[in-house]
Amino acid sequence: MDIGSYNPEEFYDEMFEAPGRPWPAASLLAQRLANLPQEELLARQRAAETAMVRMGITFNVYSDNQGVEKTFPFDIIPRIVSAAEWTHIDAGLKQRITALNLFIDDIYHDQKILKDKVIPREIVESSKCLRPQCMGLNPPRGVWIHITGTDLVRNSDGVVYVLEDNLRCPSGVSYVLENRHLMKTVFPRVFESARIRPVDTYPYELRETLEYLAPDSVAEPRCVVLTPGSFNSAYFEHSFLAQQMGAELVEGSDLVVFDDRLWMRTTDGFERVDVVYRRIDDDFLDPEAFRKDSMLGVPGLMRVYKAGNVALANAPGAGIADDKVVYAYVPRIIKYYLDQDPIIPNVPTHICSEEKELKHVLANMDKLVVKAANESGGYGMIVGPAASAKEREEFAAKVKADPRNFIAQPTLSLSRVPTICDGELEGRHVDLRPYILYGDDVYVMPGGLTRVALRKGSLVVNSSQGGGSKDTWVASEDTPSC
Amino acid sequence: MLSRVANSIYWMSRYAERAENVARFVAVNLELMLDSDVGVEQQWLPLVDTSGDHKDFLKRYGQADEQNVVRFLAFDRENPNSIFSCLQASRENARTVREIISSATWNQLNEFYLYVRDHADKPDSIESLSRLLDQIRRGTNTYMGLMDSTMTRDQPWQFALLGRMLERADKTSRILDVKYFLLLKSATQVGTPVDHIQWGAVLRSASAWEMYRKKHGGISPEDIVEFLLLDPDFPRSVRFCLNAALESLRAISGTPPGLVRNEAERALGRICSALTFTSASEIISQGLHEYLDDLQTRVNQAGEAIYDTFFALKAPGNPETKARPGSPALGQFQD
Repeated sequence: MDIGSYNPEEFYDEMFEAPGRPWPAASLLAQRLANLPQEELLARQRAAETAMVRMGITFNVYSDNQGVEKTFPFDIIPRIVSAAEWTHIDAGLKQRITALNLFIDDIYHDQKILKDKVIPREIVESSKCLRPQCMGLNPPRGVWIHITGTDLVRNSDGVVYVLEDNLRCPSGVSYVLENRHLMKTVFPRVFESARIRPVDTYPYELRETLEYLAPDSVAEPRCVVLTPGSFNSAYFEHSFLAQQMGAELVEGSDLVVFDDRLWMRTTDGFERVDVVYRRIDDDFLDPEAFRKDSMLGVPGLMRVYKAGNVALANAPGAGIADDKVVYAYVPRIIKYYLDQDPIIPNVPTHICSEEKELKHVLANMDKLVVKAANESGGYGMIVGPAASAKEREEFAAKVKADPRNFIAQPTLSLSRVPTICDGELEGRHVDLRPYILYGDDVYVMPGGLTRVALRKGSLVVNSSQGGGSKDTWVASEDTPSC
Repeated sequence: MLSRVANSIYWMSRYAERAENVARFVAVNLELMLDSDVGVEQQWLPLVDTSGDHKDFLKRYGQADEQNVVRFLAFDRENPNSIFSCLQASRENARTVREIISSATWNQLNEFYLYVRDHADKPDSIESLSRLLDQIRRGTNTYMGLMDSTMTRDQPWQFALLGRMLERADKTSRILDVKYFLLLKSATQVGTPVDHIQWGAVLRSASAWEMYRKKHGGISPEDIVEFLLLDPDFPRSVRFCLNAALESLRAISGTPPGLVRNEAERALGRICSALTFTSASEIISQGLHEYLDDLQTRVNQAGEAIYDTFFALKAPGNPETKARPGSPALGQFQD
């Protein structure tokens, strides 16, 4: 294994501009890697993996009802982002979040954007993520999407695109923080000399964001993290964030509504709760308002919310802007509310509910990625070029049966980062999920979760589908220092 | 703190303590077998009684030889009180409260559990089994030490101590019960070397051998009963453990000296008072087994009072606001 002989092949590589020639921001790291004996690098990789097991940094796999814990594979070669590029991404994400928040608020109030026919009314009204229960709702401080994890990808053209807006319960930020913690023990010297922007303040920023939502009358708001429970795949993260914020981690059964307030059961009796960072989907939040069979939520929670006696993050109903069909309209949404062109472009998207587009999609299944509108975690999608003819046929039937529920995009050639695979350095495809907090103002975490498809040639980076993660280093300035 | 969390911490702690005790019982018995000419069945079956379900054992294993009992008590995943099952339950409870306990505590418990899980089926010789049992005892003690040195003395720590002390009291009383019963049956051997070895094993099972010798010197059944049940200073005597548990309860509720705030304190306080004002000779003359049986029942009742007072909070009036089942804390009393 030799970083000098690493070959980026025909892909855009995040570390190397050309064979043997790193991007300026990555030159220091490339140099350090070149000076590190192979055994040493592998030993550090192993040490990082052991540490993850020891600390129990795990996720549970849904399909397994035993709740088997797996560690999220971690690769110690970081992805590096130059300061100039980050400035661009930061501005683009702030613009996008601001516009999406205005869009959600409009949908649940005057629906100007529908009246002006910028988006077809039936697209919004047929969305599974629209919550009629939220019409006329005024969330505290007018913010609907407090926590967002936007997925970015870079194509072979070198351009960074927004692939998905995750506005409901985006997960993964705990891995960013733990990965960084591990990297400091793996590459302490590199950290010493490189100027990498810190991500560690995220829990502090998150707490500020949540406290900002508390009712005015509350001097010291009590914030809690609401989890579905220890068998949920992201339980580690719920627990980690609660711990890092100094908030209570609660399950639905810990909470109860009476006297128009939300309370939690404690060893000293009932204590009032002011802000809930909920990691439970809208559907399960309150059996009185949403799904009646939910055992995870709190009966009466929406009543207390509407009365302004508790804040929820993210606001129920925010998922309407997260619908993969609505996604196709986001450039127009930005233009409509902000009168600006999008700073970060969308991936070109075919909307299957439009007849011409549907024909095109069905005729080109072998070239496209087709996705269901409301699935996540790499489920409900097909990567045309990688699928068999039979799989494509089956998926085409689903699309024909319910075109509204599907979009299609060209198969992108995702950029790659050198990754340790079987003791060798090979390029593997990555995406990037930065986390954005919307409170008093908009905060974009400098970095984010770089997810990597560990299987050779694979484009699927989801943790449930054989993906791993990397640390993301954002250079604080663009002298060749990182 | 949250009632559910308090419950999980309590059981995390109880199960870790239980695992350590069972490991000690098995280790002491393995050593005893090397010295003893008592029948094998007579040596191993009582151990099943201290730590598990007698009927379940006989049904699934039949004969109480060393191999069967060790497998049942140490590594049997179907026995909820095997060392492995206890560690698993302890760790699973810890996983649901890891944001409350210190990271050092969690890391130790997690790493140690994973180690035992990976080695549980491997020991094939008495040497490797002894080594593993020793590591299990060290592992649990390291976890307790880390908890004591990294956690603030507030409610989470107090609930952990409460669980640990109630479990320890239960285990000491059980080891005394089964062994005393066994020894009385071989009354002809009183005063013989076999008898001394047997009593030594009882004391070692409660880590009490050295401290007993310091205080009482010679071996006498009455002194041993006195030491394991009533000694005010030895950290595994039943009285010491229950006093410590009562202190934790009072710290949790902030109850001033001389007052009683809830049913849990009342139930435990009664037992502690009784232990303070009785003597070993009195207990023996009324029947040790009957006394211990009654004691265990009352300690379990105190456990139920703790559950009602702290873990199963009911909302005022409205029937809809009754406690609903959440993630169940993994825990059970041993019958």
